[in-house]
Amino acid sequence: MSNPPASAAITATGLRKSYGDQVVLDGTDLSIPAGTIFGLLGPNGAGKTTIVRIRSTLIDADGGTATVGGHDVAGDPVAVRRQIGVTGQFSAIDSLLTGQENLLLMADLNHLPRAVGRQRAAALLEQFDLVEAAGKTPGTYSGGMKRRLDLAMTLMGDPRIIFLDEPTTGLDPRSRQTMWKIIRELAADGVTIFLTTQYLEEADQLADRIAVLDRGAIVAEGIPSELKRLIPGGHVLLTFADAAGLESAARALPEAVPDHDALTLHVPGDGGLTSLRELLHRLDDSVDVADLTIHTPDLDDVFFALTTTRKAS
Amino acid sequence: MSNLTIAAHDSRTMLRRNLRHMQRYPSLTLMIIGIPLVFLLMFVYVFGGTMGTTLGVTGEGRSAYVEYLVPGILMIAIAGVVQGTAISVAMDMTEGIVDRFRTMSISRGAVLGGHVIGSMIQSLLTLTVVMAVAILIGFRPSAGPLEWFAAIGVLAMITFAITWLAVALGMVADSVETASNTPMPLMLLPFFGSGFVPTDTMPAGLRLFAEYQPFTPFIETIRGLLTNAEVGNSFAHAVAWSIVITLLGYVWAMRSYERGAERV
Repeated sequence: MSNPPASAAITATGLRKSYGDQVVLDGTDLSIPAGTIFGLLGPNGAGKTTIVRIRSTLIDADGGTATVGGHDVAGDPVAVRRQIGVTGQFSAIDSLLTGQENLLLMADLNHLPRAVGRQRAAALLEQFDLVEAAGKTPGTYSGGMKRRLDLAMTLMGDPRIIFLDEPTTGLDPRSRQTMWKIIRELAADGVTIFLTTQYLEEADQLADRIAVLDRGAIVAEGIPSELKRLIPGGHVLLTFADAAGLESAARALPEAVPDHDALTLHVPGDGGLTSLRELLHRLDDSVDVADLTIHTPDLDDVFFALTTTRKAS
Repeated sequence: MSNLTIAAHDSRTMLRRNLRHMQRYPSLTLMIIGIPLVFLLMFVYVFGGTMGTTLGVTGEGRSAYVEYLVPGILMIAIAGVVQGTAISVAMDMTEGIVDRFRTMSISRGAVLGGHVIGSMIQSLLTLTVVMAVAILIGFRPSAGPLEWFAAIGVLAMITFAITWLAVALGMVADSVETASNTPMPLMLLPFFGSGFVPTDTMPAGLRLFAEYQPFTPFIETIRGLLTNAEVGNSFAHAVAWSIVITLLGYVWAMRSYERGAERV
């Protein structure tokens, strides 16, 4: 028996999956220690949801092995299902039942004693700010409320391992903050969280370790600061009213890349206050800058950087 | 808890969920009860006068036709209920909730089992209403307690079979719209059988079909039990058809439930 060490809540070895001749997962390896938040970062179609669906026993992998909580996903799906909670990208709530009825349905399906179920439902409604909405059907809910109800339903079973597939996609900033707070609290309680996201900031804010998934393969893995070192810094984009302004600024900043059609100048830099002050200082007072935008690294940059390093090596 | 008590517990939970859905979506239930009533009243009051006279059965006119018609209308009622079943199964499958059920440690089959039992209850309700209206407008079954008991049993057996078939149709439908269309032929089969006129009045090819499709033995059995008509070997055929349809529906539905998550 080659059981994974007890400390690894989630492992994968050489996981493969394809639909027809389209390869979705191309031999991914993962090992996630218990009680940590793992962020899987990737764009749409990178294979994030497929990984979640395999690990949560919804679909079978074509090859490789995956374990969750020490149980093989393919060999013992029932044992896996007992330990996990899944909140998918698409809301998994019953739209004809009220918020509270949805939670009580989960209590029944988790075979909780009636009193325990009611108590837990009340606590979750309180915690997730859904008390007022408890008696209404989700048709009247906002996107953020639906997502919170969805997660609350997952938590009714008190799972020790939770899969969150893009929990904040499509949410407004305030709902996103609320969701982040909830996720942090779960992790503080020792729950292992497998989070997928397309936002670098989200992975950075929440995850202990991040893996970047590109076309079914993990192209980088590490703690957030390690990953950020792989990414070139941000830049400042200067826009000019006319070509003359662009020319004189380009002369003053030889390291910048001008775009003559858009009348913009792309100045590499980390976007910090010091470098910005220095940049403005170097520009002649006579140069008329129409607009200035500071660009911090985003997923596009991460991606561009990581995929180019992969091609180069 | 043993596996069996868990399965019973989960099915009960799912049944409660389905009953609450019916309560939240009363228009579907009303439509389901309305359809067979419209057919019943239309055939009795519009066509009944003529049909009853030319039917060649005992009695005359409208009242003779009511005697003949009711078993066919009961089949229409069951077909209408299961159309609703297919729709609600398809609604479940197109919403994310079913993926949640699949990732939970709940008894295999409880989700579909809940639908089947819920639909059986709905059928029972519909059949009762239809029967009550039929009696109100002149249907006078000659059945004694034993025949009634047998008729209810046979109706339950038929409903169970057709419900599983509808659950399968709901499972394999790729949208709710498809699921509302695929059970449509079930509604037509009583017409192409002995539901509205005796099969021996039909042209040869149609008559062959009418005599060998499942709804004819279903109808003949119910008609025999309720109105003293000839049952013959219809009962045996009805049982055989019910078993075949139940197995087909069950296996088809369960297989597509297990496989469902692969259809991304």
